[in-house]
Amino acid sequence: MKTLWKTVNIALVALRLNALRSFLTMLGIIIGIASVIVMVSVSSGSRQAVEQAINSLGTNMLTIRPGARMWGGRKSGAGSAAPFTEKDMAALRKRFDFIDDMSGRVETSAPVIFGNRNWTTSITGIHPAYIPVRQWVIEEGRNFTDRETRSGGKVAIVGQEIIENIFDGQSPIGLRIRIKNVPFTVIGTLREKGASGFGRSHDDVIFIPISTARMRISGKADRSVPNMVERIYLTIDPEFDMAFAQQELKEYIREMRKITPGAEDDFNVANYSEFIRARNESAATLGLLLAATAIIALVVGGIGIMNIMLVSVTERTREIGIRLAVGARRGDILMQFLVEAVTLCLIGSFFGVAIGLGSGTLISRLSNIPVLVNVPIIFVAIASAAFVGIFFGFYPARKASLMNPIDALRYE
Amino acid sequence: MMDTSLISFRNVCKDYRMGAEIVHALSHVSLDIAEGEYVAVMGPSGSGKSTLMNLVGALDVPTSGDLIVHGLNLVEQESDTLADFRNRLIGYVFQQFNLLPRTSALENVKLPLFYSRDDKMGDMNEQAMRCLERVGLSDRMDHEPAQLSGGQQQRVAIARALVNNPSVILADEPTGALDTHTSMELLDLFQELNDSGITIIVVTHEKEVADVTRRKLIFRDGEVVDDISLTMHSAGA
Ligand SMILES: Nc1ncnc2c1ncn2[C@@H]1O[C@H](COP(=O)(O)OP(=O)(O)OP(=O)(O)O)[C@@H](O)[C@H]1O
Ligand SMILES: [Mg+2]
Repeated sequence: MKTLWKTVNIALVALRLNALRSFLTMLGIIIGIASVIVMVSVSSGSRQAVEQAINSLGTNMLTIRPGARMWGGRKSGAGSAAPFTEKDMAALRKRFDFIDDMSGRVETSAPVIFGNRNWTTSITGIHPAYIPVRQWVIEEGRNFTDRETRSGGKVAIVGQEIIENIFDGQSPIGLRIRIKNVPFTVIGTLREKGASGFGRSHDDVIFIPISTARMRISGKADRSVPNMVERIYLTIDPEFDMAFAQQELKEYIREMRKITPGAEDDFNVANYSEFIRARNESAATLGLLLAATAIIALVVGGIGIMNIMLVSVTERTREIGIRLAVGARRGDILMQFLVEAVTLCLIGSFFGVAIGLGSGTLISRLSNIPVLVNVPIIFVAIASAAFVGIFFGFYPARKASLMNPIDALRYE
Repeated sequence: MMDTSLISFRNVCKDYRMGAEIVHALSHVSLDIAEGEYVAVMGPSGSGKSTLMNLVGALDVPTSGDLIVHGLNLVEQESDTLADFRNRLIGYVFQQFNLLPRTSALENVKLPLFYSRDDKMGDMNEQAMRCLERVGLSDRMDHEPAQLSGGQQQRVAIARALVNNPSVILADEPTGALDTHTSMELLDLFQELNDSGITIIVVTHEKEVADVTRRKLIFRDGEVVDDISLTMHSAGA
């Protein structure tokens, strides 16, 4: 151990004597390690964001809406297809046991007035089941009753962002607000969900009963389609397979809407978490590409190390001769140059980790890309740098150790 | 004489192959050197003096014959055995000093201790400083070779040769790069070391150097052509 420390010391002295060259040699390692750190921090950050998004959506939730395919489709017939209604919801509920909870939704944006405050936000008409389906929690007060939902009760449940913005953070229970000039009583508040990761906050929202939204707020009470719902949200019994449920629902809805076999769906049954996972997979591919780049950078860095160590061994042939003459064994010389290469790589990796963490922080500050510092990866990075040092330092070190003492001493 | 010999050459040959040509640097050399001797090796350039020293010091191996030093036959030994042999028993002093550049005198002297496998070794710094003191350089410990005169550098090299308490000091033209005055000081030092019991073999072209030794080996074309012992002469004086 004492000997190893002394060998490290010799290496440090040798590296300091050629400080500039040592630094230039390290650059490859520094860049390689820094890119590993940045790459992993960014990709684990976005993975975490995605997982959070999925968890906030709920993993066993499906949405049904009229219109053609939702993502990346050629079709854009979203508005043209017939909307769903509460009757459809009742039919689905009756047909399928695997539906746990189900809620319709009608959404508009409208100004809300409280005292002299005026705030435009999302007004969402819902069934009571919407709260559990979308993983909301009532923080204070209560959910809507079935009666309020059916008969256009003028009651509201508000998100934390609303409490901040128009109630100055005070409990709004029992207070009256006006939405599109209709007075509502606040009966409940929602527990904070936090940033959505996709623009605005989840918490900037007001829920009202779906019937009230249709009749009073959205202007979507189409007389030809009574009790329409823009979207249906439902959760599937965890004992059932999501893909199976999705397929069953599709087939039945085709039947309901009398779509002839072979014709395309004029509605969409989507699994959000699947969509987000799919998007995450492309992020993983990108991560793999970056990992390959980082490995290439490390290999290039390693070749740089090998090159400079070969030069160093040749330059210091006489030194090697002197060491052999005073009794150094071949193993001592091998160790000396190996330790030198590894030390070079380790110092480089420390710089690399520092630069990687620095640029990771900078990226998360300057953009809204989520960055998560992954502590184990720092150790992996340092270990891989040490490995590069051993791997690429071995050949030069072995070359040094195999020198003949007298030839090395005579070397000009 | 035979039993007490520290170094024993038996029919030693050393050939160097230069392309198609073979140079016989040493041919069939047989000689004995006893413990405590002070020997000068002389002869014209290319006569094999350095070759002899390199073989005794295990920096190189004989092509044929037997070379026994301190009971160890240096022919066909493992490289680690030879490394330990050099470390424990041999101190070298070279014409070109061969100190590590940009390394302090003290660190240079400590170098053999660093490779020592002797467990019951004392404090390295203390040992190295004692040797520097012995060669009169305790005030130059922190100087690097470039900051020392030639004579001082050679004394650092001698301190390094002494630090492991070797039984033999091999000096290949140690005064070759020094002026006469400095050479004389160095010779006094060698005399002192020899008086303390260390066997010294010194290669030299200079008569003054050879005159202080009690034995002269004269080489020509890789052979010992003369072996002059002054023991009887000095005893008679
Ligand atoms: N590495 C080598 N390769 C080839 N020939 C060598 C080598 N070393 C020595 N020789 C040859 O061996 C012979 C003896 O060389 P050596 O160095 O022993 O001479 P020397 O007596 O020390 O001479 P000098 O007084 O000039 O130092 C010379 O002819 C030399 O050319
Ligand atoms: Mg010579």
